[in-house]
Amino acid sequence: MSILDLTALELSAAIKEKKYTVEEAVKAVLQRIDQCDKEYNCYITVDAEGALREAKRVQQLIDDKTFNGPLAGVPVAIKDNICTEGMLTTCASRILYNFVPTFSSEAVIALKNAGAVIIGKTNMDEFAMGSTTETSFFGPTKNPRNPGHVPGGSSGGSASAVASNECFFALGSDTGGSIRQPASYCGVVGLKPTYGRVSRYGLIAYGSSLDQIGPLCKDVSDCAAIMEVICSHDPKDSTSVDRQDNDFTSALVDDVAGMKIGVPRDYFAEGLDDEVRETVLKAVDVLKEKGAIVEEFDLSLVDYAIPTYYTIAAAEASSNLERFDGIKYGYRTEEYTGLHNMYKKTRSEGFGDEVKRRIMLGSFVLSSGYYDAYYLKALKVKALIKKAFDEAFARYDIIIGPVAPTTAPKLGDSLKDPIAMYLSDIYTISVNLAGLPGMSIPCGTDSRGLPIGLQLIADCFNEKNIIRAAYSYESACGNYHKSITCGKDGEN
Amino acid sequence: MSAYETVIGLEVHVELATKTKIFCGCSTQFGGEPNTHTCPVCTGMPGSLPVLNKQVLKYAVAVGLATNCDITRYCKFDRKNYFYPDNPQNYQISQLYLPICRNGHVDIETEDGTKSIGIHEIHMEEDAGKLIHDEYDDCSYVDFNRSGVPLIEIVSEPDLRSADEVIAYLEKLKMTIQYLGASDCKLQEGSMRADVNLSVRPVGQKEFGTRTEMKNLNSFKAIRRAIEGERERQIDMIESGQKVVQETRRWDDNAGDSYAMRSKEDAQDYRYFPDPDLVPISLSDEFIADIKAAEPEFREAKKTRYTSEFSLPEYDTDIITGSKRMADVFEETVKFGADPKKVSNYLMGETMRILKEKELDPQDITFSSASLAKLIKLQESKAINGTVAKEVFEVMFFEDIDPEEYVKEKGLMTVNDEGALRAVVEEVIKNNTQSVSDYKNGKEKAIGFLVGQTMKAMKGKADPASVNAMLKELL
Repeated sequence: MSILDLTALELSAAIKEKKYTVEEAVKAVLQRIDQCDKEYNCYITVDAEGALREAKRVQQLIDDKTFNGPLAGVPVAIKDNICTEGMLTTCASRILYNFVPTFSSEAVIALKNAGAVIIGKTNMDEFAMGSTTETSFFGPTKNPRNPGHVPGGSSGGSASAVASNECFFALGSDTGGSIRQPASYCGVVGLKPTYGRVSRYGLIAYGSSLDQIGPLCKDVSDCAAIMEVICSHDPKDSTSVDRQDNDFTSALVDDVAGMKIGVPRDYFAEGLDDEVRETVLKAVDVLKEKGAIVEEFDLSLVDYAIPTYYTIAAAEASSNLERFDGIKYGYRTEEYTGLHNMYKKTRSEGFGDEVKRRIMLGSFVLSSGYYDAYYLKALKVKALIKKAFDEAFARYDIIIGPVAPTTAPKLGDSLKDPIAMYLSDIYTISVNLAGLPGMSIPCGTDSRGLPIGLQLIADCFNEKNIIRAAYSYESACGNYHKSITCGKDGEN
Repeated sequence: MSAYETVIGLEVHVELATKTKIFCGCSTQFGGEPNTHTCPVCTGMPGSLPVLNKQVLKYAVAVGLATNCDITRYCKFDRKNYFYPDNPQNYQISQLYLPICRNGHVDIETEDGTKSIGIHEIHMEEDAGKLIHDEYDDCSYVDFNRSGVPLIEIVSEPDLRSADEVIAYLEKLKMTIQYLGASDCKLQEGSMRADVNLSVRPVGQKEFGTRTEMKNLNSFKAIRRAIEGERERQIDMIESGQKVVQETRRWDDNAGDSYAMRSKEDAQDYRYFPDPDLVPISLSDEFIADIKAAEPEFREAKKTRYTSEFSLPEYDTDIITGSKRMADVFEETVKFGADPKKVSNYLMGETMRILKEKELDPQDITFSSASLAKLIKLQESKAINGTVAKEVFEVMFFEDIDPEEYVKEKGLMTVNDEGALRAVVEEVIKNNTQSVSDYKNGKEKAIGFLVGQTMKAMKGKADPASVNAMLKELL
């Protein structure tokens, strides 16, 4: 077995047992990147030199027992919308093609303090706007399970890097499904924490009221351990919440006896691929057999989630992206006459089509005369969606359903029809609107061998319910990541 | 020509006196090399997030309470979106939908008695940076030191009818805010800025005329001139059959004229919406009650008290309470045991003279009250005379000296040795026979010259009253 097949926790334990050094782990990952990344394009930036230097430093601190946590010495990849001091952070956009932050995001600082080694920055849809990682200025990422298909998005680079063993785990961000959906398409574990659980300081905002950083990783145990490191109260983020229940690994318990699981009928209606439906329902049965009480119910309002999301997220994005103007950093057009022309040309040339589409949409819904009809109404629907979930969680410990209506589409298909792409977020979006935690874990493949994800949703700050159910499922069905053939060499 | 009534509403921006900026920990200190009081937050770096400075909230509530406003218990910040290089995020964090204070008023004194001026709202917001245009090189620079400095904007109702009322209203706001310690309110330095919304209408007409907004008013004098100028301009337009255009105008105080900056048609759609990075603020009764309880004694109350407690004339109380700083110095000095009227004389006389000469504001007074009390006592005990005291005061005004030690060190003590004085006076009488005979012939004034000659010979270190007495005795 190769070092790359280890999970993050296994690797860290092996390093402490001196079976491997941090440098060996980093070198193995760098070698893997050399081997695969020309094809998959998971990374925008690989900092080989920095990672090797950091490996030495971390090794020393592990040896002298300064670093004794479960992520010490583990190579990690960071989505390119999360600031890393001194390391290019582009949001996969031309407008930030040369942007090097002066500070690291809070989540990155937490990882570094835990001894994780940053390998580089992963590809994504431009400014996290997209569901396929095809809107990146740096070209699309491919799905390592089948390179003819997209990895999902917007954290497609992170999901792919985990799936192809180009890192041991990764950070992504999720505004409408951007962690869970690529995790589903690539067959890895991805968790979008409760809004406020992880500091957003240093996450370059897309939809500020919906954005949340979270892990993409090889199994549920890694997920819980990473969560323990990145969740904290940050006074620099007003929306960060002070919680005393960040001990997620305590929920790694193989027992769902008596757990009440709600299965929303609305998530299995028209539009859902038959193979996905069957596989997800089979996974629900696994939990039922282990003693969970499963009940179908009507969540309602699901149809309103997408228009609500695209109104709110686009409105916030149109304002959040105003700072990219060619004045202070990033891309500036070469020739211009006057300030207005500079703004216009810089932004026209700097942003891609999908980003422009959402800026226009967002500017429209906020413009005077339309604010009440669109933005304000969307906020009201958002509140109703939250209420519908509140009612459901009065009865259920978790809600289970599919992550996406289909498995990963073929490269190029989604770009032709943005509306179809928007619809693919139907099962993930409500979770962001309600601020809930949601996880995707692999639960099988379709007839073409493409992974299918199972979505587990809990009430706010009840990530432990999700972790417990997911861990129980994984215990019953085995670690997906280790079970499948992955990557071009076909041997691991 | 028919009679016109002027209708004025004011938008007053006040820079709050917090040590740090509204959404980050950077210093608000004026000056400093460009971009030295900055961080990722106030320069709009990607990934940075704002966190509200609680002191801003306290000051805003304090000003709201002092101006009889309703305090909004559940308030929010909104983003005002517009592109300009001094605005690093290209949106300003401000308040539109739920401003912190609403529906207040302040009373001003006018020729026709007390008048209540309505305050529509007070909201909190961040200041922008500053653009510096290079005249020689075709480019501009941005200094973000001011970016994120906390402001409140006080929006009045259109209740003002003349320049006099506007000045009285601004003076009242300035005093109130200074007394709260919420701002130093200096128009010249821009810590208080007023935009004037003005329209005219024939006397008796109910509907408002079309208004203009006047910007760049840096002194009370400029405000007065701008109001009078704009009133004339609008009346001239109406009289000559033209229509007043709703627009923003910029006052040029050197030219004594204004010019249009932008009309309503160019008005931007700011696409206001609640800032998702800042959580809504819920104010408790306790929070508001604590601020109310900490309210200082305001100007009117002080004036009344100074009259009853210290028997100061109205003229004195008016000047002393004209700035919080001066009133504080007065009270502290009296606490050190100095005679109130003598303290008042120093403040109204020498202090005001020096402030005027050096173009300083009473808020800039730095000398210590303890020193002033000592100085007054030195003079009272006749250890120094009035002329010396004034000299010492001037030094004390700018340098941190102890007047007692200074007087000793420089040998400025009055000579109280009667023998020495007698010798000098005798010498003066001997050398000024003309004046002596004038005095003896009934020219009372001549003695003044002799006193002066004696003081000169004593190098100022004599008590003029004693000199006078001795002269009379010897003559």
